[in-house]
Amino acid sequence: VGHLFCFREAGLTNGTPVETSSPASTSSLLNRLQLDDDLEADIRDPYAEAAETRDLFVTVDDPKKHVSTMETYITYRVSTKTSRVEFDLPEYCVRRRYQDFDWLRIKLEDSQPTHLIPPLPEKFVMKGVVDRFSEDFVETRMKALDKFLKRVADHPVLSFNPHLNTFLTTKDLNKRQGLALLSKVGESVKHVAGGYKLRARPAEFGAMGEYLDTFNQKLGTIDRIAQRILKEQSEYLTELREYGTVYSSWAGSEDELRRPLEGVGGCVTTCCGALEDLGDGMSQDILPVLREYVLYIESMKSVLRKRDQSQAEYEGRLEAAVLRKQEDRTPMPLEVEKCQDKVECFNADLKADWERWQSNKRHDFKQLLTGMADKNINHYEKCQAAWESLITLLQDKQTEDKTSETN
Amino acid sequence: FVLSPPPPKNLFLPMLCGVTAQMLEEGSTLLRRMEICVAEAEKRNGKNTVNMQETFTVYLVETRPMDAVAEGRNQAPDSLWRRYSEFELLRNYLLVTYPYIVVPPLPEKRAEFVWHKLSADNMDPDFVERRRVGLENFLLRVASHPVLSNDKILHHFLIEEHGWKEVVYETGFQAKADSRLRALSATFRVRNPDKRFMEMKHYSDELQSHTSQLLRARARVADRLYGVYKVHGNYGRVFSEWSAMEKEMGDGLQSAGHHMDAYAASIDDILEEEEHYADQLKEYLFYAEALRAVCRKHELTQFEFEMASQELVSKKQQHEELSTGIVRTFSFKGMTNKLFGQEAPEQREARLKLLEDLIAEGEEDVQEKTVECGEHVERAWVDMHRFKEQKDKDLREALINYAVMQISMCKKGIQMWSNAKECFLKM
Repeated sequence: VGHLFCFREAGLTNGTPVETSSPASTSSLLNRLQLDDDLEADIRDPYAEAAETRDLFVTVDDPKKHVSTMETYITYRVSTKTSRVEFDLPEYCVRRRYQDFDWLRIKLEDSQPTHLIPPLPEKFVMKGVVDRFSEDFVETRMKALDKFLKRVADHPVLSFNPHLNTFLTTKDLNKRQGLALLSKVGESVKHVAGGYKLRARPAEFGAMGEYLDTFNQKLGTIDRIAQRILKEQSEYLTELREYGTVYSSWAGSEDELRRPLEGVGGCVTTCCGALEDLGDGMSQDILPVLREYVLYIESMKSVLRKRDQSQAEYEGRLEAAVLRKQEDRTPMPLEVEKCQDKVECFNADLKADWERWQSNKRHDFKQLLTGMADKNINHYEKCQAAWESLITLLQDKQTEDKTSETN
Repeated sequence: FVLSPPPPKNLFLPMLCGVTAQMLEEGSTLLRRMEICVAEAEKRNGKNTVNMQETFTVYLVETRPMDAVAEGRNQAPDSLWRRYSEFELLRNYLLVTYPYIVVPPLPEKRAEFVWHKLSADNMDPDFVERRRVGLENFLLRVASHPVLSNDKILHHFLIEEHGWKEVVYETGFQAKADSRLRALSATFRVRNPDKRFMEMKHYSDELQSHTSQLLRARARVADRLYGVYKVHGNYGRVFSEWSAMEKEMGDGLQSAGHHMDAYAASIDDILEEEEHYADQLKEYLFYAEALRAVCRKHELTQFEFEMASQELVSKKQQHEELSTGIVRTFSFKGMTNKLFGQEAPEQREARLKLLEDLIAEGEEDVQEKTVECGEHVERAWVDMHRFKEQKDKDLREALINYAVMQISMCKKGIQMWSNAKECFLKM
């Protein structure tokens, strides 16, 4: 019974397959090792190899605006394709709004407290500053929601969570109940008695915490640099536009030089367009992903804190129990064992998630930075093409003139 | 009577001044006979006109006869040192002596259209270097000009270091210079200037306005572009710091960071090259003023012709009135005659004689002015045409070179980002 406790604590309902749960029994330890092997394979190249073994595919797309008397909101289409037995049908298609994703996340956090839940894009946006219904905003949010769902679906434990199943399959999400209650409550009250102080945090978790803090700093710096570049580019663009018009207006007072001057003015204008595209690309594709990682770090840190709390509680109870045992020779209480299980569960889950997170992070940033490089390369290619075609044009004219002169 | 001389109908007819079209084409100019360059610049200390110590720069002017170069004789060039102020003196002399020529301009006296990184200091080595190039360009332009290249003072400037200034002053050119006031007055009061010159004057205003606008806008663009590139250098630093805390990603990030540093540094060379383009634009900005000066000279000669003609008409009229007794226009003499009675016949004879002398002088004056105006129109028209062709060719080339520079900048950018991308892919 003791061994199943952790299992039940995790909130899995009856009938759900056991293999992927993580109780601290011998058989489950073996399972865990097996899981670690899979994870190792994932670490090497998570997306390539997971794709081959993946049996659950989710996509978020097709945003639509809904206008009702009470409110206006956006829904997204959530499509699922799966061969898993936990799902009745092989394909599903439902519509969900942000609130629904938020519900799912809260449910996951509550039911899988030892796991890192991927972050959602920011919930609240300042009404006056950002247009919640602009194409760019909706597109950015949708991509983030898609990423969130994919990360959950790719997680070996979270993807089997029944709440995810509900989210993906139910037509009308009956979630109103408890939504108001849940918000931030689930995070701290349910599992932690509170008031326990941690004695000795294992070095590896300490290192994780430090890494997260430093990484957070670096991300902040990168975000600031990217924003500064955007600002400088925008100011450059303003001057460049003006510069282009001077060529065009000069062309008006020339005859032989008209074409070359207009040509140069045209090239400058083309470069302005390319620069504008670069800026848009940066603010739509690069900056949001950076910000999302900051949220991811916060999620991870909160999981670390929960683990610390869990360990603190165990240590506290153990100490109390040891003292009582010394006094009246009672056996080790069940709750202490329960706590020990919990801590070991937590540590194992956390380590696995950490490795997964690191691997995802490497992949995501590789993609992000490569994308940034590609955008810049593309920008220069556009500009180069414009100037090259101008030279061809002018040199053709030159040979054209020479032949007409000799004729 | 004719108030303005007839304009030349066909540009390629033999001209009054003897410069034929053929000569223009062949350009049997000084440059063909002599290789000229401004090789170096040096700082000197000396006393100036108010006997105070000052530091100034001198430029080495080297010349070599072309046949020596052609024969491959490795002859050492003749050389002498000249200050910027001596170049200025030479140019002023040319401006006064050849008012019908669009005289090539000197590089700017003080650095203008500066973007923030460039120094506005005259002693700055980059500025001195660009000035050296500009002075050489000036000499080459003058020495290849069909008219200017034959000037003795120019030859002297290139060959004899000492005593040149005195020789220039001895020509008395300063006395020939038109007073500003007189020139301004002519601009306002001239009645029948040649239309083509007026159009050309208007064009010179346009050219000046557009080139200066362009130079200003380009400087602002350069400033901003500099900022964009330099901020990317910050990526270099943060990637380096970040790489220290990563295992697999570390190497890729570190190398990518180096490429970002290289990218940020690349803007310095790019913008330095662009200064050459700016210098080409500046030359034509100043050329516009030289063109306007030729047009103004026309206004002045035309005005003086008009004044002389008017003066002659007035004298003839006076003579007619005096001899016939019929007063057509108001004159004080006429009034006093009416009030106090006519003068004695001897007085009248004397005055008539005086008027006849003045009329003869006046006619000579008008004749002179007609010739002066007409010569100026013809010669100036030739040179303005030459200038236009030169300008079209030079600026077209400058624009093409600018496009080439932009392509080079794009290629560099692609190279840097591709290098960085390779590093990212290795992460």
